[in-house]
Amino acid sequence: MIRAALFSKDTGGGILLILLLLAAVLVPAANLALDPGSPLYVSTYTMALVGKYLCYALLAISVDLVWGYLGILTLGHGAFFALGGYAMGMYLMRQIGPRGVYGNPLLPDFMVFLNWHHLPWFWHGFNWFWFAALMVVLVPGLLALTFGWFTFRSRVGGVYLSIMTQALTYALMLAFFRNEMGFGGNNGLTDFKDILGFPLQADTTRAGLFTASALALAGGYLACRFITASRLGRVCRAIRDQEDRVRFLGYRVENAKLWVFTFSAMLAGIAGALYVPQVGIINPTEFSPLASIEIVIWVAVGGRSTLYGAVVGALMVNYAKSFLTAAMPDAWLFCLGGLFVLVTLFLPDGVVGLLRRRTRRTGPRPDILPAAPGEETP
Amino acid sequence: MTTRFAALLLAAFLLAGITAPGQARAGNDTIKVGILHSLSGTMAISETTLKDTMLMLIDEQNRKGGLLGRKLEAVVVDPASNWPLFAEKARELIEKDHVAAVFGCWTSVSRKSVLPVFEELDSLLFYPVQYEGEESSKNVFYTGAAPNQQAIPAVDYLMNEMGIERWVLAGTDYVYPRTTNKILEAYLKSKGVKDKDIMINYTPFGYSDWQSIVAEIKKFGSAGKKTAVVSTINGDANVPFYKELGNQGITADKIPVIAFSVGEEELSGIDTKPLVGHLAAWNYFMSVDTKINEDFIDTWHAFIKDDNRVTNDPMEAHFIGFNMWVKAVEKAGTTDPDAVQKAIIGVTVPNLSGGYAAMMPNHHITKPVLIGEIQDDGQFEIVWRTPGMEAGDAWSDYLPGSRDLIADWREPLACGNFNVKSGKCSGSK
Amino acid sequence: MTAIHAPRILRPHPLPAALLVLLCLLCLPGRPAAAATPFDQGITLLAARDFQSKAQAIDLLADSGDTRARSILTALLAGRLFHVKKTGALVLAEKQGRAYRITGALSGTAEGTVRKRALRKVTINNRLRRHIKAVLARLDLTDPDPAVRLAAVNAMLSTLDPGSIGLLTKLRAGEQDPRVRDALATAIAIGGLRSSDSRTRLDALAGLDGNLNPAVRNELVQLIADEQDEAVRSRARATLASIETRIAWSGLAETLFFGLSTGSVLVLAAIGLAITFGVIGVINMAHGELIMLGAYTSYVLQQLLPGSVGLALLLSVPVAFLVSGGVGIVIEKTVIRFLYGRPLETLLATFGISLILQQAVRTIFSPLNRSVASPAWMSGMIQVNPVLSLTMNRLTILAFTALVFSGLYWIMKKSAMGLQVRAVAQNRAMARAMGVRAARVDALTFGLGSGIAGMAGVALSQLTNVGPNLGQAYIIDSFLVVVFGGVGNLWGTLLGGLTLGVANKFMEPWTGAVLAKIMILVFIILFIQKRPSGLFPQKGRAEA
Repeated sequence: MIRAALFSKDTGGGILLILLLLAAVLVPAANLALDPGSPLYVSTYTMALVGKYLCYALLAISVDLVWGYLGILTLGHGAFFALGGYAMGMYLMRQIGPRGVYGNPLLPDFMVFLNWHHLPWFWHGFNWFWFAALMVVLVPGLLALTFGWFTFRSRVGGVYLSIMTQALTYALMLAFFRNEMGFGGNNGLTDFKDILGFPLQADTTRAGLFTASALALAGGYLACRFITASRLGRVCRAIRDQEDRVRFLGYRVENAKLWVFTFSAMLAGIAGALYVPQVGIINPTEFSPLASIEIVIWVAVGGRSTLYGAVVGALMVNYAKSFLTAAMPDAWLFCLGGLFVLVTLFLPDGVVGLLRRRTRRTGPRPDILPAAPGEETP
Repeated sequence: MTTRFAALLLAAFLLAGITAPGQARAGNDTIKVGILHSLSGTMAISETTLKDTMLMLIDEQNRKGGLLGRKLEAVVVDPASNWPLFAEKARELIEKDHVAAVFGCWTSVSRKSVLPVFEELDSLLFYPVQYEGEESSKNVFYTGAAPNQQAIPAVDYLMNEMGIERWVLAGTDYVYPRTTNKILEAYLKSKGVKDKDIMINYTPFGYSDWQSIVAEIKKFGSAGKKTAVVSTINGDANVPFYKELGNQGITADKIPVIAFSVGEEELSGIDTKPLVGHLAAWNYFMSVDTKINEDFIDTWHAFIKDDNRVTNDPMEAHFIGFNMWVKAVEKAGTTDPDAVQKAIIGVTVPNLSGGYAAMMPNHHITKPVLIGEIQDDGQFEIVWRTPGMEAGDAWSDYLPGSRDLIADWREPLACGNFNVKSGKCSGSK
Repeated sequence: MTAIHAPRILRPHPLPAALLVLLCLLCLPGRPAAAATPFDQGITLLAARDFQSKAQAIDLLADSGDTRARSILTALLAGRLFHVKKTGALVLAEKQGRAYRITGALSGTAEGTVRKRALRKVTINNRLRRHIKAVLARLDLTDPDPAVRLAAVNAMLSTLDPGSIGLLTKLRAGEQDPRVRDALATAIAIGGLRSSDSRTRLDALAGLDGNLNPAVRNELVQLIADEQDEAVRSRARATLASIETRIAWSGLAETLFFGLSTGSVLVLAAIGLAITFGVIGVINMAHGELIMLGAYTSYVLQQLLPGSVGLALLLSVPVAFLVSGGVGIVIEKTVIRFLYGRPLETLLATFGISLILQQAVRTIFSPLNRSVASPAWMSGMIQVNPVLSLTMNRLTILAFTALVFSGLYWIMKKSAMGLQVRAVAQNRAMARAMGVRAARVDALTFGLGSGIAGMAGVALSQLTNVGPNLGQAYIIDSFLVVVFGGVGNLWGTLLGGLTLGVANKFMEPWTGAVLAKIMILVFIILFIQKRPSGLFPQKGRAEA
């Protein structure tokens, strides 16, 4: 079933990349250059919203990489996303400087508030952007590496692994809720002023962040596509389909899993870092296990194992959420819940799978697993 | 077959999604009022009632002929107890729906999340819940109590009227309890209470396994001195807490619990018989015996079509905030946020407990402090009230960082955190 | 525990002491003869608004010796004493539907029913409540029921003064009941500790070894701080040490009990999942909402059967099983059936279902929490000793968990259905070949797991909020317990849940609630590395 590199036949991905590059240029232009009365004008609200979705999409890709291509159903990817977000949030916090409400040049407001006198050691360095940027990938990466090193070596798999990732993010959520941790407790980090010297509330900064998100998504997509098309990618898919057989063939299954998992966590961290300046707050609810389950649902709705399907799913579900919470605030959960059930029942390959099936009625589906027989399921 | 059906379903869904936001929600002849309260998720328990309250108040105002000759129109959105979504929805209300003012938020974190949006787009938010203070924004009006309007009078009552000497400060681990307890600790120590007579305990949100903590409180309270619990335990965690108190036999005459976050609505989810005599401090109780309150309750019952629904303090805060906004808009002759901001300072409207609430220059309001004891019917019996009105203090005098700060949004100062020592206005303007 | 007793209007032994006080009062020279009796004065004073006058009124009533005083004070304490707004008459009122049935407080005759607005309650605050209890305790000292006398003595222990010690010393001579005698002896010994004679103090100490009463401990701490006599002080230290040792043991027992009861809640919440997830491999994210449905069932039944809280609760156990089980079967038949063989997708679909169920409950019952009352036999506690008490509701839930577990165990191991379930789980094709209707078994199994979730909901309604978010609070813990115990193994779930509960409660005093929980989570993650299939790995199946 393992097929050769998909890169040349990746029409969906091609369309996605073109759209992303267009959006990266046109949306900020339409926001900044056009008159608000113009029919093509993109409001700051829309731009901020789509910018947020793009970060979610990048997160969804990172989940699809491990779920769709490695067979690890992670229910804790929100943790990596949030850690990246916190790293960026700490940088933004330090940028406030003496402009906080208490005017303390060194300590963020919440520390003044808790009567702290010194900056905790782990806050040092975050006043430099390069350091924060490094931490954005390093912290989630290291966590994933440690977690993965333990788990994959002891061959924890299937649902056990899923539940463990859930426990991981749950533990982190509880920890970050604690005010003693030094991350602002329940309120998290907020009241950001500027990034790299540009005021966050200016439309130009927002436009810049939007472009950065679109480019990051495009870059993330290309990187994942590169991995999946490489030798490592083929090993991954083999692991997904028959782990034991790959191991018996002499491959180091743990290593493949570990590197791809770590890379995916770093990608999620970048998504979080881009997300925080755009929404203006990072707090422990991002760690909540339910948030992580939602990410998996975006991927499933879009279509697993295609990467661009994850993007489509993230955009669709989040757009539906934004729209429904305003259009039918009392009943939107019915719609969202119903959507999940219907998609699973009628669109096992997600929205993308549906489109593909319509364009290519015959022939085997390229890289979706055939439903396994009942006896072999965990 | 299924594929075709699914495709159809999906197409319909997408179509609805693409076309619907394009439709304007109403004409331009109305004044829009945004309502930003969670209708799903963890906070729906508390916030849904406030959404209904706002709908009722807007309905009432329209019956009286609207505002400036135009009808009011409520725009309801659901931020779903999701803090980033609060910011997104606030932006949507202001930028897309062009609302004149927003009434909403419950938790501090949701307020912190929307604050930059309101400041950037220069709109108005009326925030109806008691909170930790330490904030004064040009664009936010705090119609709930600041710590000096709830916590300190309550502790005074316990100390003077009930002779309490030993204190348990129990709270949920977030900003409001942390600050309140910090203020109370400083206050108690200034009154000569020793360290060993104060026990501080924090628990996570939604905590439900109170056995050990209640047992510890019981032990702490058996040291021979009169002991009380000052509870800043939030929302959901209260029901199991009170149930455990009742089961372990901690009655109000042994160790009274005074709560700052437990009102009529929270009690409606608890069997109150074992809780009779425990206390709460608020600025309004449903049992307040005034004509205006009776009318308010009747209107509420008629609106919600359920005679068993209760009223509570945050509802009164919305009542006051909404009337203040209406009055300020009438005074300014426009709904323009800048004009309303200027007009609203000094506006006075009746509250429900038989007095008047005034908007202070620091965007907080004056309130009486009432202390009530829980009754077996889920209501509070008012046992004490401040003789006059307390003005909300944005910056506490008991916290080292904020002691020197004042807020005054009138010209020429126009600053939310002016340091009287350094003579500088730091932070937001 | 001090208990509030029903008013006893006809008392066999009118209190002679109080009567004497009254007589003396009346005999006092210089009192105008026409003055109202203290009882009448008390009644008049009760109408006052301030609590000071009310306190005076209570004293007057208590000392009046009037037989009606007791019932009036009891009613006052229970909040059943009202004034009729128009006439000012003092009445006892009992809520009846939306109106109040009133009885004359002085006459004892029924006076019909009135609306609430016509009445004004005689309010009391905590200080008065304490005052009344102390006064009633004094009245209770001579009650014929030993339990009442014991409660009265215990209530007086924390507020002993020379006068009351004298009174108790006198009472001890005539006391027959050994437990009351012990309590009286403690009180007298405390009096002895306050004596100025060091010999008496030493003697008193001798009787207090291992006495767990908090009043004794406080008195000893005070004594050690103030004592001048070295001999007495060292004896007091030894006594205190003996008490502390016993307290430590009681504390250990208490923590163990807390841990077991926390664990039993975890087991209850998880055991349904052990079936749906463990046996048929459905990652059922709607499990929490099935628990929630059970809790709402007990609420609805209480609304349907007002007045019989206990019966409603007992009935709601089977009803909740049927409701949640029914909903579970519907979910299985309409959704999950199509997803066998794709277990991870059941997660998606059931997550959607959980959203729908939550919102449905919000729409039907409103997003507010619902109040579920506890029956009398589930409230209160068993007092093992003065520092160790076991709460009834936790004990009941422990027993309930044991019952549910053994029932389920029996079904799975001994019944025909259990055999089929296990057969299908182990080898579906073979089971079908042997004539087992696999599809039907799947539905029934899922229904069974869901029904048990519903029964767990009934138990949880006694501990926590009954609201739309109830389920979410337990879903993650449930999965962890099942995985920790070993998927597909009921014993594993039981032991896993209890272990986690006890570990949590033993850590909590040192680390605080949040850190304890975090450490448990980290422990589970590490444990799974060591034993990737949990405490009890399922035998005979290929690794999942």
